[in-house]
Amino acid sequence: MQNEKIRSFPEMVKDAVIVGAVSAALALPLVGFKTVDRTTQIELEFRFGEMFYAVAVIAIGRLLLSLTAAGKARAVLFITAPLSILGLLEYAFELVPMEWPELAGLTWLAATIIAIRAWVFTRRDKAADDAVARATAGLPVAAVVTLFSRFGKFLGPAAAAFAILMPFLPFADQRMVDIGILILTYIMLGWGLNVVVGLAGLLDLGYVAFYAVGAYAYALLSLEVGLNFWEALPLAGACAATFGILLGFPVLRLRGDYLAIVTLGFGEMIRLVLLNGPDFGLLANGAKGIGDIPRPSFFGMEFTAAPKPGAVAFSDYFGLDFSPIQRVIYLYYIILLLAFITNWFTLRIRKLPIGRAWEALREDEIACRALGINPRNTKLTAFAIGAMFAGFAGSFFATRQGFISPESFNFMESAVILAIVVLGGMGSQVGVVLAAIVLIGGPEWFRDLAAFRMLAFGGLMVAVMVWRPQGLLAHREPTIKLARSPRETPVAVSVREKAT
Amino acid sequence: MSEKQLLKVEHVTMRFGGLVAVDDVSFDAGDRAITAVIGPNGAGKTTLFNCLTGFYKPTVGRLLLTTADGGEHLLERMDGYRIPQVARVARTFQNIRLFPRMSVLENLLIAQHNKLMRASGFTVLGLFGLPIYRHAESKAVDLARYWLERIGLVDRADDDAGTLPYGDQRRLEIARAMCTEPCLLCLDEPAAGLNPRETDELNQLLVFIRDHEKIGLLLIEHDMAVVMKISDHVIVLDHGAKISDGTPDAVKNDPAVIRAYLGAEEDEELPPEVASDLVSIAPGAIGGTH
Amino acid sequence: MEYFLQQLINGLTLGAMFGLIAIGYTMVYGILGMVNFAHGEIFMIGGFVSVITFLVLGYLGLTWVPLVLVIMLLTTMFFTSLHGWAVERLGYRALRNSNRLAPLISAIGMSIFLQNYVQLLQGARNKALKPIVSGGVELMTSASGFTVKLGYMQVVIVAVTTVLMAGFSLLIARTSLGRQQRACEQDMKMARLLGVNVDRTISLTFVMGAALAAVAGLTWLMYYGIIDFYVGFLAGIKAFSAAVLGGIGSLPGAMLGGLLIGLIEVFYSAYFSTEYKDVAAFAILVMVLIFRPTGLLGKPDIEKV
Repeated sequence: MQNEKIRSFPEMVKDAVIVGAVSAALALPLVGFKTVDRTTQIELEFRFGEMFYAVAVIAIGRLLLSLTAAGKARAVLFITAPLSILGLLEYAFELVPMEWPELAGLTWLAATIIAIRAWVFTRRDKAADDAVARATAGLPVAAVVTLFSRFGKFLGPAAAAFAILMPFLPFADQRMVDIGILILTYIMLGWGLNVVVGLAGLLDLGYVAFYAVGAYAYALLSLEVGLNFWEALPLAGACAATFGILLGFPVLRLRGDYLAIVTLGFGEMIRLVLLNGPDFGLLANGAKGIGDIPRPSFFGMEFTAAPKPGAVAFSDYFGLDFSPIQRVIYLYYIILLLAFITNWFTLRIRKLPIGRAWEALREDEIACRALGINPRNTKLTAFAIGAMFAGFAGSFFATRQGFISPESFNFMESAVILAIVVLGGMGSQVGVVLAAIVLIGGPEWFRDLAAFRMLAFGGLMVAVMVWRPQGLLAHREPTIKLARSPRETPVAVSVREKAT
Repeated sequence: MSEKQLLKVEHVTMRFGGLVAVDDVSFDAGDRAITAVIGPNGAGKTTLFNCLTGFYKPTVGRLLLTTADGGEHLLERMDGYRIPQVARVARTFQNIRLFPRMSVLENLLIAQHNKLMRASGFTVLGLFGLPIYRHAESKAVDLARYWLERIGLVDRADDDAGTLPYGDQRRLEIARAMCTEPCLLCLDEPAAGLNPRETDELNQLLVFIRDHEKIGLLLIEHDMAVVMKISDHVIVLDHGAKISDGTPDAVKNDPAVIRAYLGAEEDEELPPEVASDLVSIAPGAIGGTH
Repeated sequence: MEYFLQQLINGLTLGAMFGLIAIGYTMVYGILGMVNFAHGEIFMIGGFVSVITFLVLGYLGLTWVPLVLVIMLLTTMFFTSLHGWAVERLGYRALRNSNRLAPLISAIGMSIFLQNYVQLLQGARNKALKPIVSGGVELMTSASGFTVKLGYMQVVIVAVTTVLMAGFSLLIARTSLGRQQRACEQDMKMARLLGVNVDRTISLTFVMGAALAAVAGLTWLMYYGIIDFYVGFLAGIKAFSAAVLGGIGSLPGAMLGGLLIGLIEVFYSAYFSTEYKDVAAFAILVMVLIFRPTGLLGKPDIEKV
């Protein structure tokens, strides 16, 4: 949090030096030394150069931020903006070979953040005597948010149309469609978790457990029972929902933070059970996982060049040349359909009594009880519905991968889904889409940055909470408006006529 | 005043560990009547209320509610949320508990949750927007509109409840409780924090509810302007026990009540010379802790 | 009998470490009402700082074991507490008055961040260390030839833990800092009005919790001889289970819960199966929360309406 008080320059320097000293102390053990595995033992390497560089970036950054707040925003912008742009160019075209790309990245990140902040301040300074401009100048992000919520109506259908057409757009190669599938899976999971976290306010840290249940249910139903994807899908969803109810029943009366930890525990328990391979059909494979999971068929037609005897290949039937992309596109449309169903369902249910009761429970459980709402059943419904969508997504995951193992369902997966919901603004549908595109698509497109993916997730979660605890796009529209609800009974005949 | 019994409280005792918060309290509350429970701070009023509305289970005692159609409910045996749902006892809270980030209208619709849940076929029918649900929803909106007109908040219906001024929030909470269509409305200090004009409006609203909705009201109140003006029946608690019970006038002149409020009891416990000293130094110091 | 005794010794050692971590959870929960999800990572950082300190000391040619241990203890406590302080300052302070999910989500983010921060800086592989304190005494041998061993390291761990916990209890019960801390726990607003520096007290709570977790990290490293960036996750959850089992908010409860969780884990793997030992810890957590949410020594929580 920036101190808005204007301070003298020596004070700012002193402050920056203190911040630098503290970060140096923080960085000394973990950044200054690196433990390296040698054949017989571990040895130390020294990274003091890097450490001092990083500390210097932090201290100078702090000084620049103080200067920004003290009315020197324009000057700060002149220093940092070119650095930021230069960094982008460097990343895009690799102008100079970098010896320490991480440090260059750190510098760029610091420069960019400070430049944005300075830019906000220059706008504020400029608008110093214009009240309206001043009120909005400090909030370019808030303005973007309002813009989004205002054009949300058009944004939704536009995004849907784009999603439907995407596989046939000129730039869409197989990799692109694959990334699309991945993003859509997480969008669906995000929307499902949104019911639990965003609407009902139940922090579920074990959401991936239901994803796993759906995936394993589909694997067992198809391999052991012989059901096809479309037959197994509802059963897998029901299975996950049942798990949701069974797990939720004993724990949903717990307070929010306890609930979070217990769901985390359940998630890990399910993973550990799967890992140890209980003696139940293919589950006994344990850590080896289950392979050869059947791919979905299109009205009985398979997506292979050489179909099994008695089966028809999709490409033969439609007289196309066989291409693996046909199956990928088909999978894309399956997940798109599932995601649309999830979206329709969650949008719709929010306006029903149960959806309102979820939000009411999130706001005040005691008041809900005083109004005759059964808190446990209401929460269980949210839990079960969220679990059901995770189950659908899990089935899809299994059929897409053709192979599942417990390691796909660890806590980090839950954390990623939660991050999507949280960063998107709890309860916001569009927010989930944006967050999924950035968080899932981003690392796919920028592969060289993938190592920093989880670091960025964690950092972003903290930053968003500190900066906007309600999430990025957390604008809530009432589910019903009096102005738009015509009277059912004429004014003269009151509903309470019996009372007179 | 048709003095039909609505609620019978029999020998209710509530203990928290060694502390006896409510001690063997019995009284009746009539239908279509306003019954007020008064008493100094810590007298056990709110605890009694919480027993009545299912937030606590009384250690001993019976709470019998007889509805107009002859149905009988033993409140102490019911789960908290079933008391408003089945026995139709609604309540408000001392520190207002609205759903602040939901609109005023939504607050009133949540109060009609159980009715609407049935109409929406437990969500299944509602999901597909069947007419039966739409009809039920617009009737629910009408009931909400009726109460909004009554408390003068129609214009704010689509605003977040948390943005209303304090007095409006108080009245909205009463309207919300009324939307559950109760047969007994329990109000926990409804006049707390209201200015004289708002208190006056509140009195009118409560009398209206008694006379037009024909239900029983039970209120805890400190504000004697409210209690003495509108109650039909007053019960006085002190240190968890009932010390007086009757019409407002009778209670006002009951020596036990005066003692409880002015603290004459403690007077007796002090040695006479100390007490007289205290009185001479600071009149009113004795019992001033109440 | 001998086998049982051996498990008891091992269980107490493990439990002592869980207890040290659990205190951090319980104190922060007591004062802020939040689960500091990143506390397990603080413990992990403690382990890493210990490894690095040890290597630095070796590099400087210092090999006299007692001195090495003392220096390791002090430096680890110092640097780890600094991390604990920074976590609170950057991730939680701004959220003190926000809704109850915000700090928890921030804590989860912090935990993910720290895990990956350490992984990126120090590599994903295990850091194995040759035992610094080895050997032990053989207490008894059974007829079947099973020998009960009490490792010197185990003695050191239990001794250090006992001393620290005793000192810490005194700190909370007797000093003005402890009084301020308890005052903030009861009523933060009132404490502030009475002139308690609430920010400083909360910071110190995090520092103390982190210092104890650092000791746990150090002893963990010495005991198992191995540490990796992921160790904080499971150990953190188990320690949190311990805090809940003992009654969250209660210091003796955290110590007792830690010992119990350690014993349960060791006995479960000794007599039932090692594969499901982690499941056992989770199962206990769930059971306690369902059947006795206030834990063994926690105060009953009367719902205020």
